[in-house]
Amino acid sequence: MTPLVDPLLSGPIGLQEILVVVFKVVVAFAFLMVAVMFMVWFERKLIGDMQNRIGPNRAGPWGILQTLADGVKLFFKEDLLPDNADRFVFKLAPYLALIPAFLIFTVVPVGGNYSTGDGTVSLFGEETLLQVADPPVGVLFVLAMSSVAVYGVMLAGWSSGSKYPLLGSVRATAQMISYEAALSLSVLSVILLSGTLSTSGIVAEQSQWNWNLWLTGFIPFAIFLISGTAELNRPPFDLVEAEQELVGGFHTEYSAVRFALFFLAEFMNTVTMSAIIVTLFLGGPNGPMFGPEWLQSWVLPSLWFFLKLFVFLFVFVWFRATLPRFRYDQLMDMGWKLLIPAALGWFLILAGIQVASDNDDINLALVVIVGVAIFFAGMGLLMLAMRSSRRQRQLSGVTD
Amino acid sequence: MAVAEPEAMQQALDRLTSGEAVLSLSETEAEAAEGFDEAGETMIMNMGPQHPSTHGVLRLVLELRGETVLRTKPVIGYLHTGMEKTGEQLTYLQGPTNVTRMDYASPLFNELVFSLATEMLLGIEVPERATWIRMLMCEVNRIASHLLFMATNGMDLGAVSMMLYGWREREETLRFLEKVTGLRMNHNYIRPGGVAADLPDGWRDDLLRLLELIPPRLEEYDVLMTGQPIWRERLQGVGVISAEEALALGTTGPILRSTGYAWDLRRDLPYLAYDELEFDVVVGTYGDCFDRYAIRLNEIRESIRMLVQLADRMPGGDYRIQDKKVTPPPRGRIDESMEALIHHFKIFTEGFKVPEGEVYAAVESPRGELGCYIVSDGSATPYRMHIRAPSFVNLQTLPYLMQDSLIADAVAIISSVDPIMGEVDR
Repeated sequence: MTPLVDPLLSGPIGLQEILVVVFKVVVAFAFLMVAVMFMVWFERKLIGDMQNRIGPNRAGPWGILQTLADGVKLFFKEDLLPDNADRFVFKLAPYLALIPAFLIFTVVPVGGNYSTGDGTVSLFGEETLLQVADPPVGVLFVLAMSSVAVYGVMLAGWSSGSKYPLLGSVRATAQMISYEAALSLSVLSVILLSGTLSTSGIVAEQSQWNWNLWLTGFIPFAIFLISGTAELNRPPFDLVEAEQELVGGFHTEYSAVRFALFFLAEFMNTVTMSAIIVTLFLGGPNGPMFGPEWLQSWVLPSLWFFLKLFVFLFVFVWFRATLPRFRYDQLMDMGWKLLIPAALGWFLILAGIQVASDNDDINLALVVIVGVAIFFAGMGLLMLAMRSSRRQRQLSGVTD
Repeated sequence: MAVAEPEAMQQALDRLTSGEAVLSLSETEAEAAEGFDEAGETMIMNMGPQHPSTHGVLRLVLELRGETVLRTKPVIGYLHTGMEKTGEQLTYLQGPTNVTRMDYASPLFNELVFSLATEMLLGIEVPERATWIRMLMCEVNRIASHLLFMATNGMDLGAVSMMLYGWREREETLRFLEKVTGLRMNHNYIRPGGVAADLPDGWRDDLLRLLELIPPRLEEYDVLMTGQPIWRERLQGVGVISAEEALALGTTGPILRSTGYAWDLRRDLPYLAYDELEFDVVVGTYGDCFDRYAIRLNEIRESIRMLVQLADRMPGGDYRIQDKKVTPPPRGRIDESMEALIHHFKIFTEGFKVPEGEVYAAVESPRGELGCYIVSDGSATPYRMHIRAPSFVNLQTLPYLMQDSLIADAVAIISSVDPIMGEVDR
């Protein structure tokens, strides 16, 4: 069982503890930066492969330094501030997008043996968890930070004093807020099963191959993946920056370093969202354990974690290469009429199962069967209703 | 054809003349309308000429309520190069080099229509092989043009990979065109009197290889796009136009056919030797963006069907007319024959004279009816040369297609009209 508080901070706090925390912050930040660099390169290279292109191949071996080269270029470019812009907000917005992206990552346990140990590792003689912070309300913190990130995008578009970014920020507000709801509701299922809001607690609960992916019955995972993609503004939900429609959306007016910050934030968010999915649904660092002590505590858990992370990074790139973009109203339809009811309904079923398994008087199998049957019947009816209303709309469009 | 019932026609005319879709706004008024109109909560937004999905330099002034497009004003002229006027300075033999640059996605059709018009004025009949080579090249070009549409349509809807796939297949067709004509685009291959050169050795193998390559790729498009739920959602019921409206606006090509009105010049006013080929005219039902997409996709298949017949039945003979006044003599003859030297000199300095008269020729280009109207005053250059560009006419439909749609739809609609701005502005 994992301790309620990071063992590092449970005792008296001296200089050494502080230094360990600072060290972890620096390492996490450096890691995230490198991960973003890698992610940008990986995305471009992979999408190049999928589209029969070569992709970046000039800077460094296999073009791996391409991101660095781009960063240097953006850094030295002229920083334009539009005349109509609200200067203060315009300058603030990129940071509002970037900082939450980093902060979310701080609560992700990137390693530590939870299967046979208690998840702690020894760092400079101190027992500690492999995450920068482990607040008891870790999941809420993640949700809160991803809500703050909405402001970055929204204010960027609004403060640009231009029409395309304005439309982008209107879309962003609606899209991110409605998908935030679906996202939170799918996380509820995880919290219900794990019985804790702490990320390390959730990981510890899944340490024996009992991953939430199958414990919660796959549907919350699917909802989380879809609404997570929407939350990231990644294709097919990249309406906020839809190049073909809104030129660049909220960041149309941004250039040089400020644009680089948005770019960085977007990819950082991709990495952190993948990390959150792995943590919540795929057991975090859980995986086969073997070998000597150092291998079990340091290497293997982190290896499994990053492998799983990598799968999702691949999936996000894959989405982008394959799917056409949603339209604004279709996106909202899907969020409110499909994902939110599905997440809520599934949550009720899980709650019912939970009650039934705690209570010997109730037949568990019956609860499961009836619950799932009602759920699918309800979703089926909803889909039918949506389809007939769509047909109505189309027909009225034809006769117009 | 159950079209043009008086009632439906009247309805269409009422809608087209009501002015509900077309935004009439001068530049000064548009500039004054910065920001929001407080009362109506509408916004005037300028889209283009520099915009990623206006297919070159089309400019639209949109009146928006939220993201809904209320009225549209298309503005053209940003690519005006005066090609029609230039055409009056060039001899009939130089003409194709000029018109080929109008619709740069399907240059051979421009050359063809100009050559047909000139030949009608001259009253000459080109050899059978020249006619068949022209059909062959035009159908290959139609495939290239429709593949370009597939690419841009995919990209405008956010299926970015489709752009690359479309370009990839188009490149293969262009490779064939290059082998025959020497150039990937702006070929100047079809000229008055025939074509510039005979088909090269091994053309048949190259063509058959191309025809084997493309159909499986089209199947892949079906998987990637046609059957894709998001794709269908984005296109079905978007940008709807009725047959009556399309007719009243003078549209042709896939836009008219998408309404279910089967009008294809290749079948209805056969030119070249299309009446000897077996092919179907692809029509839609709803007149929406999806129909226009599907029509173009299936027209590629029809073109392939035609090309197979063309490859099998290509007749022998001359590839250009043996009329010394129109066709330059072969290079070898110039050294031996004084007469050949004179003809050569006359054709390339003064050009051949064309009898007085006026003529209109039309062909079915990938975008619709492409016409060429030439008035000749008996000299070696046209007195007036006008191209009836399908993109230009089709562009008129934009405000009606876009009325009450979203900005995202507007992009899909521009894409499905598939305008080539070089042809619009000429």
